Amino acid sequence: MLLKKHHIVEKNVFVLILGIFLTIIIGGIVEIVPLFTMEQTIEKVQGVRPYSPLEQAGRNIYIREGCYNCHSQQIRPFRDEVERYGHYSLAAESMYDHPFQWGSKRTGPDLARVGGKYSNAWHVAHMVDPRAVVPESIMPGYPFLAERKLNFDDAQAHLETLRMVGVPYTDEMIEAAKADLYLQASEDAAYDDDFLARYPNAATGDFDGNPEKLTEMDALIAYLQVLGRMVDFTTYNPQMNLR
Amino acid sequence: MGQGSMAQAASPSVAVNYNMDVVRWAALATVFWGVVGFLVGDVIAWQLAFPALNFDNEFLNFGRLRPLHTSAVIFAFGGNALLATSFYVVQRTCRAPLYGGTALPAFVFWGYQLFIVMAAIGYVTGTTQGREYAEPEWFVDIWLTIVWVCYLAMFVGTLLKRQEPHIYVANWFYLAFIVTIAMLHLGNNLAIPVSLTGAKSYSMFSGVQDALTQWWYGHNAVGFFLTAGFLGMMYYFIPKRAERPVYSYRLSIIHFWALIFLYIWAGPHHLHYTALPDWAQTLGMTFSIMLWMPSWGGMINGLMTLSGAWDKLRTDPVLRFMVAAVGFYGMSTFEGPVMSIKAVNGLSHYTDWTIGHVHSGALGWVAFVSFGAIYFLIPVLWNRERLYSMRLVSHHFWLATIGIVLYITSMWVSGIMQGLMWRAYDELGFLQYSFIETVEAMHPYYIIRATGGLLFVLGSLLMVWNVYKTIKGDLRNEAPIGTPATVAAE
Repeated sequence: MLLKKHHIVEKNVFVLILGIFLTIIIGGIVEIVPLFTMEQTIEKVQGVRPYSPLEQAGRNIYIREGCYNCHSQQIRPFRDEVERYGHYSLAAESMYDHPFQWGSKRTGPDLARVGGKYSNAWHVAHMVDPRAVVPESIMPGYPFLAERKLNFDDAQAHLETLRMVGVPYTDEMIEAAKADLYLQASEDAAYDDDFLARYPNAATGDFDGNPEKLTEMDALIAYLQVLGRMVDFTTYNPQMNLR
Repeated sequence: MGQGSMAQAASPSVAVNYNMDVVRWAALATVFWGVVGFLVGDVIAWQLAFPALNFDNEFLNFGRLRPLHTSAVIFAFGGNALLATSFYVVQRTCRAPLYGGTALPAFVFWGYQLFIVMAAIGYVTGTTQGREYAEPEWFVDIWLTIVWVCYLAMFVGTLLKRQEPHIYVANWFYLAFIVTIAMLHLGNNLAIPVSLTGAKSYSMFSGVQDALTQWWYGHNAVGFFLTAGFLGMMYYFIPKRAERPVYSYRLSIIHFWALIFLYIWAGPHHLHYTALPDWAQTLGMTFSIMLWMPSWGGMINGLMTLSGAWDKLRTDPVLRFMVAAVGFYGMSTFEGPVMSIKAVNGLSHYTDWTIGHVHSGALGWVAFVSFGAIYFLIPVLWNRERLYSMRLVSHHFWLATIGIVLYITSMWVSGIMQGLMWRAYDELGFLQYSFIETVEAMHPYYIIRATGGLLFVLGSLLMVWNVYKTIKGDLRNEAPIGTPATVAAE
């Protein structure tokens, strides 16, 4: 019986280490590796694009402030969640999210489709003082975001790094990164066909009510306003993507 | 069957010059970081009840303090408890001093403290990867990798120098913990920095692959950091304190290999009903349920070790801490598989039920078995006759236990209630509650939870006082526990 042979393992450190390593490696290989190799892991959908520089900057602020500790970005396919938040989340919708921000707790509501739900002015008021717009809210206030100048002038380096890890930024996007950063928060962006072709469905204009300065608040709201807005669900057929 | 008696055989040996300095440092660091971690935890618990406590300040808001709390308790408190006990146990059960002279163990200890400080500064300043329990940025991760390789080398080197023919069971668990954490840390932190002079990096993976890699890591941080390592603690300190051999050698073999094999698969239960493919979710659920068996195998082995010594629970609060820990371990490793069932998870996920579950394991199991080990070690390490006060240990035990009960019961109620409110429909077929109404309903439970946490913090302060007085060499004049405590004796 195997148990009787266990003394071999107990007397040889390296046999024990090898045994442990072989035992713990299997589960991860079986579960994780196929996710990279199976094509149907991510649905084929139209519309998912890389984040614009301003949105990516906002996403980094979202991560920096730990928003994921209280907000999920993953709608489950339940009747109540779909009615409350919108269409259940698709794998494709976070395919350019480095890292993913699905979250694990809903102390606050899910944000996967918060884009377009509230006005920019609402977001500013809410971020500066959450209880001014939602009296029962327990969210911390983030007034400092409205005051601080956005520090993302190395946008090009960020986009290049993201391209290295698989986000399909084009040379044109990388070239225009810094200009796009400022452009998106100006009124001109809405009329800039090149920008809109690079980043369709991007929210544009001054976000924080202060056109003089590009702030962290501008970036964060630009990010929030694009969440869930990329995929056109009128053309999405879930039967095509049964997994 | 010689295994069980080895814990006793490894009594202080005059021949071996053990390295106890580093054990002493790590024991003190455990107590220090424990109090810090519990305190930050209670602060953020009050923030959820009274949001004004965030002070709208970027360094004090919940989003930044929550990772500080989780890492302080897991990696700083739990990590130092593992360092202290593994340094101690591996020497005693091998009858050999730590490998690497005084320098290598000292580097492992101080290098690990530097990791903690770098990580903590990162959390408060918002330097984070945004991956739960793996928040530190790339340069901190590289530093931890160096420290961890040294830790592995030191541990294996000590095992190689052993005077005992067998490697004692506690060391299997410590070794599995060290090896697996190395693999998980490397696998989950693959990232490319934007610049070598900046802190920011981007994960190599994205979306669904990133999610499963993260929870493969996250769940096994629980499985190997907070479980396997602490089972190593159980296998040394409970037999030692109860003065009984480990209940079953065969059971320890079976549950060791089954536990480390099954745990790795359980990660996908954190991603039920998400965009993760169904086959992976089902696999994760299946293995999570199977995991119940080896978990209870460990619990049975720990509890049954008390056969014939159950009366000691009445008189020895240190042993009571350890045994209650195993009880909580059994409870939370039953609750975990239940919550991994998709139908249950549909309700529990995203709610406070998960938070309560984590704390029944983290406070009840991890912290209690660590407290037991610390109370055991302090008099031994400083050559004191006994602890300053056993009655203070008992008070600590009851304060902490009541705290945990308040914590987990309030989280059960708030979690299940919120889950039900989210899915409630009125008679006209509309969602009955807006989201904010479900937040409002949590308020009383958040106060109860924070109060429970406060009791837990107060208990840990009693421990600080007791440890301080013991090291100082004081003995409190008190009647032994279990004897009728006359008024005069108190």
